[in-house]
Amino acid sequence: MRPILLQGHERSLTQIKYTKDGDILFSCAKDQVICAWFSANGERLGTYHGHQGALWTVDIDPSTTLLASGAADNTVRLWDIRTGKCVKVWNFDTAVKRVDFNEDGTRLLAVTEKRMGFLGTIVVLDVIVDVEAEQSDEKALVITCDESKATVAAWSYLSRYIIAGHEDGSVSQYDGKTGELIYNSPAHEEGMQVTDLQMSSDRTYFITASKDKSAKLHSSRDLTLLKTYLSDTPLNTAAITPKKPFVILGGGQAAMDVTTTGARQGKFEARFYHKVFEDEIGRVKGHFGPLNTVAVDPLGRGYASGGEDGYVRVHAFDRGYFDFGYEVEREVGGAGAGGY
Amino acid sequence: MLGTTVPAGKLIPQRSIGVCETIRQLVGIMAPSFDNLTEDNGTYDSEEEIDFSDLKEQYDVRLEQGLDAFVVADGLPIVPEESKPKLVKFLIKQLNKVGKVKEDGFFMPVNDQGKTEGYAFVEYHTPQQAIAATKQLHGTAIDKKHTFAINKLTDIERYGREGRIDDDYQPPNIPDFQEKEHLRWWLGDPNSRDQFVMLRGDNLGVFWNKKKDPPEQIIDRANWTESHIMWSPLGTYLATMHSRGVQLWGGPSWTRQTRFPHPLVNLIEFSPGEKYITTWSFKPIEVAEDDPILSQDEEGKNYIIWDVATGRVLRSFHMHDLPTPPESETGQPVKKKIPWPAFKWSSDDKYVARMLEGESISVYELPKMTQLDKKAIKIEGVMDFEWAPALPQRDSVKTYEQLFCFWTPEIGSNPAKVGLMSIPSKEIVRTRNLFNVTDAKLHWQSQAAYVCVKVDRHSKSKKSLATNLEIFRVREKGVPVEVVDSIKDTVINFAWEPKGDRFVLITTAEVVMTTAVPPKTAVSFFCPEKIKGAGVGNFKHIQTIEKKNSNGIYWSPKGRFVVVGTVHSQQSFDLDFWDLDFEGEKPESEKDLTANLKHMNTADHYGVTDVDWDPTGRYVFSTASMWKHTMESGYHLYDFKGELLREEHIDKFKQLSWRPRPPTLLSKEEQKTIRKNLREYSKDFEEQDRIEEDKEKGAIVEERRRVLNEWLAWREREEEELKAERRELGLPESLEDHDEADADGKTNGEGAVVEEIVEEVLDEIEEVA
Repeated sequence: MRPILLQGHERSLTQIKYTKDGDILFSCAKDQVICAWFSANGERLGTYHGHQGALWTVDIDPSTTLLASGAADNTVRLWDIRTGKCVKVWNFDTAVKRVDFNEDGTRLLAVTEKRMGFLGTIVVLDVIVDVEAEQSDEKALVITCDESKATVAAWSYLSRYIIAGHEDGSVSQYDGKTGELIYNSPAHEEGMQVTDLQMSSDRTYFITASKDKSAKLHSSRDLTLLKTYLSDTPLNTAAITPKKPFVILGGGQAAMDVTTTGARQGKFEARFYHKVFEDEIGRVKGHFGPLNTVAVDPLGRGYASGGEDGYVRVHAFDRGYFDFGYEVEREVGGAGAGGY
Repeated sequence: MLGTTVPAGKLIPQRSIGVCETIRQLVGIMAPSFDNLTEDNGTYDSEEEIDFSDLKEQYDVRLEQGLDAFVVADGLPIVPEESKPKLVKFLIKQLNKVGKVKEDGFFMPVNDQGKTEGYAFVEYHTPQQAIAATKQLHGTAIDKKHTFAINKLTDIERYGREGRIDDDYQPPNIPDFQEKEHLRWWLGDPNSRDQFVMLRGDNLGVFWNKKKDPPEQIIDRANWTESHIMWSPLGTYLATMHSRGVQLWGGPSWTRQTRFPHPLVNLIEFSPGEKYITTWSFKPIEVAEDDPILSQDEEGKNYIIWDVATGRVLRSFHMHDLPTPPESETGQPVKKKIPWPAFKWSSDDKYVARMLEGESISVYELPKMTQLDKKAIKIEGVMDFEWAPALPQRDSVKTYEQLFCFWTPEIGSNPAKVGLMSIPSKEIVRTRNLFNVTDAKLHWQSQAAYVCVKVDRHSKSKKSLATNLEIFRVREKGVPVEVVDSIKDTVINFAWEPKGDRFVLITTAEVVMTTAVPPKTAVSFFCPEKIKGAGVGNFKHIQTIEKKNSNGIYWSPKGRFVVVGTVHSQQSFDLDFWDLDFEGEKPESEKDLTANLKHMNTADHYGVTDVDWDPTGRYVFSTASMWKHTMESGYHLYDFKGELLREEHIDKFKQLSWRPRPPTLLSKEEQKTIRKNLREYSKDFEEQDRIEEDKEKGAIVEERRRVLNEWLAWREREEEELKAERRELGLPESLEDHDEADADGKTNGEGAVVEEIVEEVLDEIEEVA
């Protein structure tokens, strides 16, 4: 089916997020505006203005009440999704590269950049899921990354751990309450930045994407490496599909190289891999720049990709997608459904 | 700098031991050994630039005055004192062949019985001369009964000192015969698969071709070669290149068979029968004094011709000085390419020849590597030559001969010439005069039945170029020449059908310039016309395909099929597969031709740089190497019909090469029978293929089942654990309602549409009329 092309941004996309129900899509880009879209038809619901710098990240609390965003203006903002009003601004020393709500929306983590003498940190903020409430200015927890700065981070199941991906290619597990580093494992090639980290729907495992051209699936409990997906291009993003056992990877040559080489070398495609068998099973073309972010509908009906080219492409999965399965999977007993 | 070590393997004759005592009396104490100093001094020199010229001088002087210029000449005739002067005179004459013996530098002791001892001490003017004497005179005959044994005096002391050598004869330890692995083992593959070698990054691996399936790796070693790789022409050895030389590998366990320690070797070339190998380095060879294989003869040379079986040097050569490069129009000197291969082999490994451009061709006879009739063959102006690639079978010539073809340009008022010379008789079999020649290229047909000389001619004004083909029919009486001059454009590529008599050529109207846009080219096919009776008819044009960009012609090694493609181009990268004996209907207009041309398929391989047919003509690899460009390196595998079987992108892919096969051992009749019963055989093979496929599929399915069950088990454990933890915390077992619903069934799959209309009063203005 033809994807819906969302042309609401003027600069390259940085992150896309679906709401829990998958009906609304939030996108942010370097043009300082957050857009909300109906995922079903691509109609724009509204925009959120206020940031004074390139937006790097957004997240929605599970009840779709509050929207959190982080930007290069060194702030994290909390928005009333319904009205588009900014309800809270937290100031930091450096740009905020990633925000993530925990599974009940009461805690928000923010990853700050290492710059101007400030070390990269992961900050935890307590949030009251109510647009009227007075949010605390207090930083509940600050984890300083003195080894290698964190580039991405997310909450595990039960908010027990904070999982972070680092610039040096390693992945860390911190205690969600104390911020203590429990374990650091060299997940990707040394020095190859972890570019994305997305949790499975129950947050018990997660996928990391890296510049080393691979994506990896790890357990949240002990960082065990579960699966490896190899591609032929540096990856910027990876997502796990619910309902079907796939993962979607996106990337492409570095944006700075795009003008110097042919388009066919760009590899600006979303790649589908089988989550369990690690085989590539399909590709979706369309973008004419590297893919910066991929998000999947939590109900598994479609996915959206945002590219360096400034467009969001929203795809609805068609029948072939749902019918696809290895013979072995059918044998094992129609296990294609949500459970795995 | 003062590197003086001792040849390790040198044998000292038994008698020399007795000499030791005398030496001691003669010399007293040994000069201090500098061996330990050498390296240290070298590093100081480069790193800290300490001025130690005073030290150096001191050591230098000592060296000169030391014992390095002394040799012991042993094995001499024993004569009474009165005939000693005569012998001394004779010996000095002999010894002066390699250097200059000092005035009073010859001492031959006489014993109590008034007889000479059979040895003498000799002092040369320089240590180099002394070394030359040990290398060149040692083991040479003095007269019928006596043989020189020349050793450095210091060696005698070093090895001959008491206790250094056992007085009793110890038989040399000759290891038992070790059976080597069969070097042609790969030909015994029950499925007759072919091997290929692939170099990607620093890893070099050999694989079995498995058609559509990933190739089966036989071996993979990191850093196995330092640059490229090469199979020997019959596939027996795999040659790897290293800064210290070339190594050959073979056998099922890929053990090293031979080494050719040519330092900084750049290029190698096997003889067609892989008996010999030529190695070349741009940098002249520097031979260390203790080199076990290279001798001082190799010092400063660029080429070495080796015997593959023994790993020994046959002969080494200097590079010819390249003729001073002509200046191009812009005044920049044109870089001249090093001609490679410089040494060209006759088809039976009997002769190897090298051309001195414009002057002569030197033909060497193997295995002695002596020049045929001891002198080069003078051919004034010779520009190029090529050996016949097979034993020529000229009409009514019964004696053994090899042929080579050469050409000379116009010199003064003499026309350009193409000639065929027979070796060893050096008789010119045929010549042909040509006019207005700009350049000529010599193309032999693989069975030496024809040689086609592609002659680029210019018009009188030298403005336009055209190409003539002068085809020498070598096997026919008198070697008639047929001229194909119907070609109006410049021919940029030409190729004979292997073991056939058809050819393909590519022409271009424009002069090939180095522009971004590749020139438009046309591909033409030629074949002989049908004639009554035996013999081959005149060459006729079959078809020309215009408006292509093709530049490469790749015939199947078995003939009939040919790939014409565009390589090394950014804009076009098509590969056309042609069949010259199409079994379908033949157009009426071509009924007199011995070919039925059919275009079978066109393949696209972006950035293709090389095309390689497997030795059986069943498969074709097209490859894109990172040596040429960095885009999408990897390979495509096609069958002979041009159907893509497999493609793989490999990072840092460099080189891929099929393992050649030796010629078949089956007689012509046997081959014919096989061809006749091909259908029956193919049935078996298809059956085998199917079984294989099923087996592999089974294995894959089994593996998948295992992986899937493992995953499901892990998930189940995780979920149980999570539920337990949630219960502990007093939370509901599952995170959310609809997740539960999903687990039960897909009730929520479609999603209930809830429409909610929110009305918000933004502003209210009451207008009063």
